[in-house]
Amino acid sequence: MSITSAPPAPAPNAPAPLEPAATSASTRRLVLANIWVAVLAFGVAALMAVMQAMSRAQVALPERTARMYYMSVTAHGVLMALVFTTFFIMGFGYAIIQREAGDIRWPRLSWVAFWVGVAGTVMTALTILLFKASVLYTFYPPLQAHPAFYIGLTLVVVSSWVFAANTIATWWRLRRANPGGVVSLAMHATTANAMLWLLCTLGIAAEMLFQLIPWSLGLTRTVDPLLARTLFWFTGHPLVYFWILPAYTVWYAVLPRATGGYLFSEPLGRMVFAYFLVISTPVGFHHQFQDPGISAGWKLVHTALTMTISFPSFVTAFTICASLEIAGRLRGGTGLFGWIRKLKWNDPTVASALLAMLLFLVGGFGGAINAAYALNSMVHNTAWVQGHFHLTVGSAAALTFMGATYWLVPKISGRELALQPLAFTQPYLWFAGMIFFSLPNHITGLMGLPRRVYETSYAGAAQAETWAGLTGLSVLGGVIVFTSAMLFVAVIVTTLLKGKPRPVEKLEWADALGAPEGGFRSSVWDRLGLWWAVAFVLVLIAYAVPLAHILTMQRFGSPGFKPF
Amino acid sequence: MKVNVYEKIFMWAVALGLASFFVTTAVAAVGSSIQPPSHIETIDPTKVLSDPRFTPQGVRVDRAGHVHAHVVGLTFAWLPAEMTIPAGKPVTFHVTSTDVQHGFQIVRTNGQSQVLPGYISQFTTELDAGDYLIVCNEYCGVGHHTMAAKLHVVPAQQWKAP
Repeated sequence: MSITSAPPAPAPNAPAPLEPAATSASTRRLVLANIWVAVLAFGVAALMAVMQAMSRAQVALPERTARMYYMSVTAHGVLMALVFTTFFIMGFGYAIIQREAGDIRWPRLSWVAFWVGVAGTVMTALTILLFKASVLYTFYPPLQAHPAFYIGLTLVVVSSWVFAANTIATWWRLRRANPGGVVSLAMHATTANAMLWLLCTLGIAAEMLFQLIPWSLGLTRTVDPLLARTLFWFTGHPLVYFWILPAYTVWYAVLPRATGGYLFSEPLGRMVFAYFLVISTPVGFHHQFQDPGISAGWKLVHTALTMTISFPSFVTAFTICASLEIAGRLRGGTGLFGWIRKLKWNDPTVASALLAMLLFLVGGFGGAINAAYALNSMVHNTAWVQGHFHLTVGSAAALTFMGATYWLVPKISGRELALQPLAFTQPYLWFAGMIFFSLPNHITGLMGLPRRVYETSYAGAAQAETWAGLTGLSVLGGVIVFTSAMLFVAVIVTTLLKGKPRPVEKLEWADALGAPEGGFRSSVWDRLGLWWAVAFVLVLIAYAVPLAHILTMQRFGSPGFKPF
Repeated sequence: MKVNVYEKIFMWAVALGLASFFVTTAVAAVGSSIQPPSHIETIDPTKVLSDPRFTPQGVRVDRAGHVHAHVVGLTFAWLPAEMTIPAGKPVTFHVTSTDVQHGFQIVRTNGQSQVLPGYISQFTTELDAGDYLIVCNEYCGVGHHTMAAKLHVVPAQQWKAP
């Protein structure tokens, strides 16, 4: 391509923030407090994972029981997928808001929300660790956990709503204050994610408030498991975009600069985030293909919408690869692929993001198979699924978050990154471990191994014996990933407690190529309010009829069961 | 909005690719009825074991000669624990639960369905001769990994209707 032959013409990609100098110390503490919770939850969750790996390897640990195993799967899932991600996203999001607007909109309320979220996390985690809630992070009724499990999780969601409201209010203020109506791409992305989150969490809020909490408290006798699944996946699929969008934000707004280049086609980036806001929610049935009670026709409607979700990811792949190529060539890379070697592979932030993208390449295609109407029957609820999401949320999101933490924490805390050799090694270990963990799981899944089983021998059944070798390999991968996780925790905790002091620093976003004089003009993709409205309409189209059908047919509720 | 020409070509190619994926899926779904199990029928989960649709459990043949398998999932077993069906003939599976959610899965085939208490799952499939393991693929409690059954698929001429 000839795009890099001319010297790039960088231009500021956003107007100056309103009050650039004033970075409130309290808000910086709020960012770091969120990062602390994320890192601690991550550490505990990783310990739970290594216990599961040992179980799979049939290692005779003293406390190794099925009860312990299913408890640890629940703790791992909840702490990783719900707590680590949400708190990191809030910490990163508050940092972006502060950078753009000088301070967050409602600082005091945000601190209250933070403590509410922490209280909810502690409540839920303790309930799980006391064996009162081994219902896994999907908590499908009529498995019934202790009420504290549901109430704690609800508090975490409520606290994240305050973050989302802060984001949208700040975005609104910036749009009105800047004559062009353009905010930075990072702010645009974070706002799209906040709007998406406020829309999609309506499902889980309804499931918690109208079904699970009253039922677990004994106020109602039964729940309908199909309605619960439908509400859960109303939130459950957009949840993956709630995880992925901040990772994309890092790839668009941080990575090109961190590796010495410029962002290619920024306006398309704005389209990508607006598109995710529109299309993330009305697709939940692709998690319910195998469910009775929902007609094949509505599942096909959700399939059609699901297919279009990969479009913005393909655009992202092109844009980010082009940005990286620019960086590599500016750093002296030549030839068709020579620029790849010239990227800053020895920078922990860059390496994390690049390796996360490579793993996402595999994970993304796997996701298209999961979401395929007919192929899903081959992989639903098999080991394939855990192989898949350890590449997506477990790598594309989590590994990028780790890289972003290396980048963010020194700037916000005013402390140098400690233990740098470990930070340098960590992403590579994660990459290798995830390859060994995920590929065998994909294969054994196709061979019929169900997910989330304590033991895979099935009383010596012939078909079960064929899984053994590959399962062993995935255990090895799990142990490598665990090692990487511990390095990450060690680096961040040491940095926060003992890192060498340095000045705090303003976050800088990647400069965009080809920006006109005075920055980009507002386009239709900047009108997130409009896209939010479109999203509501699509959700109505996709869900109103099937939900009405579920609610009006003759149904028999289920009482609760606690077989754990 | 100015878009780089290579990127424009790429975006159109992706859009066409995705459209063709969907057309393929839709043609198979409508033309050949290749659909995920989506049966809509409810049942009182507390009365499954006395409901004529599931009593007795196991293989039956209807008046038209079509083979049906009626299976009940409960913590932590499938009833019946062993079934024999003819190879190469369409067999319709009807599955429900008396307690929590389960997942009925015939290992190494695409024969599977989520099983919810209060609902009847149904799918029709044809299998090659052989011995298959049926597992539970939805977590159902502390004995989830022990929940299994055997499925023998025998050549149609050797198979005898029960």
